[in-house]
Amino acid sequence: MSSKIDKGLSVKDIDKSFGEVKALVNVSLDVHEGEFFTLLGPSGCGKTTLLRIIAGLELRDTGRVILGGQDITDLPATKRQVNTVFQSYALFPHLNIFENVAFGLRSRKFPQNEVEGRVNRRMEMLELQEMADRYPHQLSGGQQQRVALARALVNEPDVLLLDEPMSALDAKLRAQVQVELRRLQRKLGQTFILVTHDQAEALVVSDRIAVMDQGKIIQFGTPKEVYEQPKTLFVAEFLGAANLLHGRGLDGGIQTELGFFHLKQTPKWDNGTVAIRPERIRITDNPPEKNAVKAKVREAIYRGTNIDLWLEPGPMRVRTPAHRNYELGDEVWLELPPEGLVILDE
Amino acid sequence: MRRSHPLITVLAMLTVGFLYLPLVAVAVFSVNATRYGLVWRGFTLDWYIKLFHNEFILEAAWNTLALAVVSTLVATILGTVLAIGMDRFPWGRKANTFLDLVLHIPVVIPDIILAAALVVAFGLLRLISTVFEPGLFNMIIGHITFQISFVALVVRSRLVSIGRDVEEAARDLFASTPYLLRRVTIPLLLPGIVAGAMLAFTLSLDDFVISFFTAGPESVTLPLFIFAAVRRGVTPQIHALSTLVVLITVILIVGMERVTRK
Repeated sequence: MSSKIDKGLSVKDIDKSFGEVKALVNVSLDVHEGEFFTLLGPSGCGKTTLLRIIAGLELRDTGRVILGGQDITDLPATKRQVNTVFQSYALFPHLNIFENVAFGLRSRKFPQNEVEGRVNRRMEMLELQEMADRYPHQLSGGQQQRVALARALVNEPDVLLLDEPMSALDAKLRAQVQVELRRLQRKLGQTFILVTHDQAEALVVSDRIAVMDQGKIIQFGTPKEVYEQPKTLFVAEFLGAANLLHGRGLDGGIQTELGFFHLKQTPKWDNGTVAIRPERIRITDNPPEKNAVKAKVREAIYRGTNIDLWLEPGPMRVRTPAHRNYELGDEVWLELPPEGLVILDE
Repeated sequence: MRRSHPLITVLAMLTVGFLYLPLVAVAVFSVNATRYGLVWRGFTLDWYIKLFHNEFILEAAWNTLALAVVSTLVATILGTVLAIGMDRFPWGRKANTFLDLVLHIPVVIPDIILAAALVVAFGLLRLISTVFEPGLFNMIIGHITFQISFVALVVRSRLVSIGRDVEEAARDLFASTPYLLRRVTIPLLLPGIVAGAMLAFTLSLDDFVISFFTAGPESVTLPLFIFAAVRRGVTPQIHALSTLVVLITVILIVGMERVTRK
């Protein structure tokens, strides 16, 4: 890509209601060219609606969509340099795989030799060349997904939209496809926007994540930022297990039922919550100097690479390397280091 | 395998017998070598041969076919367009309920009511043009009015089963509306369209009531001919004719099943 214009996508102040239901409330975001951007949220949070508005398949109530500096808000889907991989794949059941992939080129009347060249190149890239003459129902789920991907990518869209493309795959294949998708996006250098409710998937593939809830974007950030520095209770809990401590905000710490805990900053609220991930809690035999909790093992779940412990008081969840055995009823000291404790907004 | 109760088996067989014995009887009499009486006098195809030498019957057959083909063609096109319009246009919920009702009325309404309404309508239209004198033209319009609903219902159920995803995908892939219809919607709808057309065709073929009220002296169809002939006494020729009509209907229905199952 040698063009100097930024092919990034901006969404500005989008509102969308279905009758009384507000699907999107004043949503704005910027996706940079070549970025793998993920909209993450529970079902019904508006992420698919936002994707459909970007694709031109849904009308917004207010707001604008800008692609590569051009306002595309009022362009129909057929005029946007944006292509979609649908959740159901939506392959054409009456066309063979070659014609499925070629559809976007044929509908724009590309000459036959160019259609063949481009389709064959994409099919090779996604290891579909053997499938050219087959029909969608003769393919496995994973193969169908690759056809859907090839069918969209053959058009070299400015932005590729992916609507929960892994939801129909089994867990093992999904993990593999996530890595392949990430690798493909890096290789092509194209802008991808993925919609998913699977936090693990979002962490694996994304450059940046927008966490959504009830039609609003709650937090933007890299996977590391949203996982380790969640802004709200919702983000902390949606992106994995979190231990929560409620209490009074004091100078440089928080006073809770379990005692005083030092924090890196002074909380801005009087009463509130701090969170810590299970793997950030340290287990020690001797009482630590500060931020200590004495706890009893209630449940120990062996997971191969590590052990998940449920402890009283709390229940508190701790993830620790599996090189030591824990028996139920064991008494241990926990250290909740200040750099692991995240102050959540009210 | 589950075995059903013997009583259920007997009941089922009785029901089938009740339904099909009269048809079988008609078929048997159509090859019985006697003009009168219910006694078997040996096999003959005479009645069928005579049938094909009967000018009135041949004309009625021709009228029936012309009526069925023309009305089915028009009804299939209009019904398909109606179904696509009803299902794909973003109607409000109230408009949708209303359209649904409008579509179902010709299906559930007694034929005789529809026929009487047509008589009134054509009476009024005759004030404008003499084209609306009783005859084949009126019959075609009459048949189309009830066929449209059947075609639209069959096509619409196919539209629902195709879903909108595929069409959205086509739009996302730059397909203009004509291209979308030609390349995606119509090919996927085709089994539904064919099934709807075959249903409309058989309905037209068998229709008596609407035809009776809209026909003129020149436009006798087979059902009308049979009705008139039976009043003068049932002859083996009528049996032969009835058997043929049943056969054609059965072939069409089996064909329709085949197409829809795809």
